[in-house]
Amino acid sequence: MRIKPIAAAALVTATTLALAGCATNETPAAGNTSASGGSQTLTGVGASSQKAAQEKWVAEFQTKNPNITVNYSPDGSGAGRSAFIAGAAAFAGSDRPLKDEEMGAGKFAGCAADSNALNLPVYISPIAVIYNVEGVTDLALDPEVVAGIFAGKITKWNDPAIVKTNPGAKLPDATITAVHRADDSGTTNNFTDTLNKLAPSVWAAPASDTFPADFGGEAANGTSGVVQAVTGGTNTIGYADASAAGSLGKASIVVNGKPLQPTAEAAAAILDHSQTVAGREANDLAYSLDRTSEGVYPAVLVSYAIVCQTYKDSAVATLVKDYVGYMASADGQAAAASAAGSAPLSSALQAKVKTALDSVK
Amino acid sequence: MTTGVGGAGGPGAAPPRTLWEATRKQNEPMTEKLTRPPTADPDAGPPAQADPRRPGEAIFRGLATGAGITILVILALVASFLLVQGSPALFADPAKLASQGYGEFASWVLPYAFGTVWAALLALLLAVPVAIGIALFISHYAPRRLAQPLGYVIDLLAAVPSVVFGLWGSLVLAPAVRPLYEALNAHLGFIPLFAGQVSGTGRTILTAAIVLATMILPIITSLCREVFLQAPRLHEEAALALGATRWEMIKMAVLPFARPGIIAAIMLGLGRALGETMAVTMVLSGSRNITFELLTSQNPNTIAATIAQNFPEAFGLKTNQLIAAGLVLFVITLAVNSIARWIVARRAEYSGAN
Amino acid sequence: MATIVHAAETLTAGRLPRATVPVSLVGSVLLGYALAILFTGGANIGLAVALAYLLFLLVMEIATRVVEGPRQASDRRATNLVVGAFVLALLPLGSLVWEVLSKGIPRFDVPFFSQSMRNVVGAGGGAIHAVWGTVYVTGMATLISVPIGLLTAIYLAEYGVRNRLSKAITFFVDVMTGVPSIVAGLFAYALMGLLLGPGSRSGFAGSIALSVLMIPVVVRSSEELLKLVPNELREAAYALGVPKWLTIVKVVLPTAVSGLVSGVILAIARVIGETAPLLIAAGFTASMNNNLFENPMMTLPVFVYDSYAHPGTDVQAYWDRAWAGALTLILIVMILNLAGRLIARRFAPKTR
Repeated sequence: MRIKPIAAAALVTATTLALAGCATNETPAAGNTSASGGSQTLTGVGASSQKAAQEKWVAEFQTKNPNITVNYSPDGSGAGRSAFIAGAAAFAGSDRPLKDEEMGAGKFAGCAADSNALNLPVYISPIAVIYNVEGVTDLALDPEVVAGIFAGKITKWNDPAIVKTNPGAKLPDATITAVHRADDSGTTNNFTDTLNKLAPSVWAAPASDTFPADFGGEAANGTSGVVQAVTGGTNTIGYADASAAGSLGKASIVVNGKPLQPTAEAAAAILDHSQTVAGREANDLAYSLDRTSEGVYPAVLVSYAIVCQTYKDSAVATLVKDYVGYMASADGQAAAASAAGSAPLSSALQAKVKTALDSVK
Repeated sequence: MTTGVGGAGGPGAAPPRTLWEATRKQNEPMTEKLTRPPTADPDAGPPAQADPRRPGEAIFRGLATGAGITILVILALVASFLLVQGSPALFADPAKLASQGYGEFASWVLPYAFGTVWAALLALLLAVPVAIGIALFISHYAPRRLAQPLGYVIDLLAAVPSVVFGLWGSLVLAPAVRPLYEALNAHLGFIPLFAGQVSGTGRTILTAAIVLATMILPIITSLCREVFLQAPRLHEEAALALGATRWEMIKMAVLPFARPGIIAAIMLGLGRALGETMAVTMVLSGSRNITFELLTSQNPNTIAATIAQNFPEAFGLKTNQLIAAGLVLFVITLAVNSIARWIVARRAEYSGAN
Repeated sequence: MATIVHAAETLTAGRLPRATVPVSLVGSVLLGYALAILFTGGANIGLAVALAYLLFLLVMEIATRVVEGPRQASDRRATNLVVGAFVLALLPLGSLVWEVLSKGIPRFDVPFFSQSMRNVVGAGGGAIHAVWGTVYVTGMATLISVPIGLLTAIYLAEYGVRNRLSKAITFFVDVMTGVPSIVAGLFAYALMGLLLGPGSRSGFAGSIALSVLMIPVVVRSSEELLKLVPNELREAAYALGVPKWLTIVKVVLPTAVSGLVSGVILAIARVIGETAPLLIAAGFTASMNNNLFENPMMTLPVFVYDSYAHPGTDVQAYWDRAWAGALTLILIVMILNLAGRLIARRFAPKTR
């Protein structure tokens, strides 16, 4: 039988690949195989909003601790909470803290029998209203107008309500395509909460992970899907994590007469103006956000790390304390700001998270 | 086999519709005589009697039967998984579903069920004629030198991951077809299919159907081509020798022979179209509308895409409800397959092995 | 009957001159282009091509019908439609291949195949961990599915012809083709959770999920091909006193081997790009994992999806990696395909 040269080449390639079952940037001890006894693995599951930041944190943390492998699966907040409750993840990333009825000692398989969970804010990111309208580079919108657009009540770009806050802009006589998230998401939850708090007359529906079905509009999957739909379409508007907006225009939201851009500073301020949820343990840092304060950009996503107060396995506790501690440190927050465009926690809050983590056993 | 061709249409006989049927009729008694042993055990060839000195037969037969039963077991496991995990939502109090789930089950899942069937149907309508065309082109029209690489390329395209189809659909296809949609809406808007407010991004159910059609095209083509190539060469040559044109030869000798294979290929394509998750998720602007309008933003979403989109954030009862939706999709597949089986069963199936 | 009577006409009726096809093709293209400009006021390539094709069909139909007769006309129509279908299908497929190639090449370099994403943020890094994950997971899935699928197909085509069990199997295999991929993933995740403790994710769980999707494809395509093996071959073997199982192994399978291999490759191709089930069952990691049974394992589709869906601030670096990953996936299937063809040629009987 003759073997054709191309097939022979393919076989040779396959064989070479077979000889190289390792990656050159990994030291042999660092591979998370069970063979190397000194290596440890920390598993986190949770919000995809934290993915970019987690990637940076994992990289920095693993560089400092070459024997530790951290796997953060960006499966989603709900999956993260389920995994944490089932004991499948040492910590969960979640776009909302656990609710009162979800808390309670003994409800978490990975924690000691008498241990409750702790909600620690680690990631803050502004949600931008992004738009793609030809000839429009600056856009300022009242919360009522944003609500009206996404509720399908304002349908033309040259609607008087939009013209009012943008006297100089050349707004076309075109239909608005409002793009919202097709999937359930913490981003939608925080965005609808913002509209509900700031424009209750137009947006009566309470905050929800699901975008209200009867408001119509275009649906797209995930942050990248929304950004892509807004970029690829014409006369579109949408909402997405500010860091993902790329070259798209970001509308200013007019709060108390002042147009605010979704900047890190304007977003991070929100936790300094908000109160922690009442009735929780002293070290729990679950916040109920106050979006109406002066100078605070209202549409902000706060994402949490959910950890045990006391772990069943003390080795896991040490790993979690080290890793989450790094996440909430000044270094970690700066790293996330550079890699994910998030808003760093204020130093006061960093200290609170550290105190909470010190109590973890 | 060849002897039958000459006498295909004797005077007085009912004219056979195709050459293939003609030869088959002629041969039937003979084949029966050859294959049926005197003991007339219909599903065993002559040497199939269990022979204690040669256990190979029993072992092999047992292995084959065992494999078949394994499949049934796997499917039963999948079905019971869906039932167990989905039942909390199926039997939950509607008020509880409204507060902790996505709302009352039947009315929640109905638009998605509709969207699933509607998108798959559109995709099949687009893909099947084209796929059969390509398969015929490769098997009977293209020059031999061209045909092999072409078949190869088509096989490769079956491997393009759905994520890539999704990327392509939303980045390239949707913007490209939007002007076409606007033209359709402007000129043919009186047809209900093309009515409504045209989507500003082109991410409509028609776009999703085109993407799905592109995805299932290689699968249908690949199997059809194999089947077309297996058509008995002698029949084809006999048809041509009798003066049939190439198309008549295909109609008489290839297509009737390949019909069960074509249907199997379509069922494979349909299965993928019904269950496809990622591409639809990325391309379709889904909502909970039941509408036949093809060009608007308010398209019915599919079940698979709904599960994929909401599963990451689902929690507690919502998870159960999504899995129950998976069960509905399972039932839809079952129903669609039953209908297809029923259609096929009305026509006799040809098999070289029985 | 009718066809035979008409056969005489072809010998006497006139034939179109050879130049007809190119001339009318060029004419149609020009006219279609002109009409498209007339209708839309601009050069719309898509409309022009569609109009040109319809014109060409019409012209050829009329010309052949007048000169050569209705049978030749229907033959020409079929040819033109088949070629048309082919060209039509090449459009999206060609555009897709072009996208993947042009966008995948920039990061299709040595680091991509020698490094993992461990400790890599932004540009750089590679997908070797995902490549190996895909090879392990899909390889295991193939090892599970092909024996089960092929043996079932043999049962359906050779042993259980038209009995109740085989009817049930055929029906449920069809149902199985419709199991949505994400349900397969959830099933595998739940099953491994039961067996190995909650939340355990491993490459093997991914293999199980893929097997659920792969088995029906293997069964369906193999069964069709086994049925197409002519009875004469089986009868000849029986006549020589060969037992049925040896007939199947030595005669039926080798005769169908080229189709069987291409069916298996098709089945692999069908599942190798699955994203949703692998994300759930096999999980996510940035590091190399050579152990199929423990810890999450990265796979190429998950790599592609994740790079696309969750880029950091350096979006282009992630998207470049996503496209390069897609290109790699296609190349892996290409290598498999080549290998499959070699195997098929080796075992196929020397005919034709």
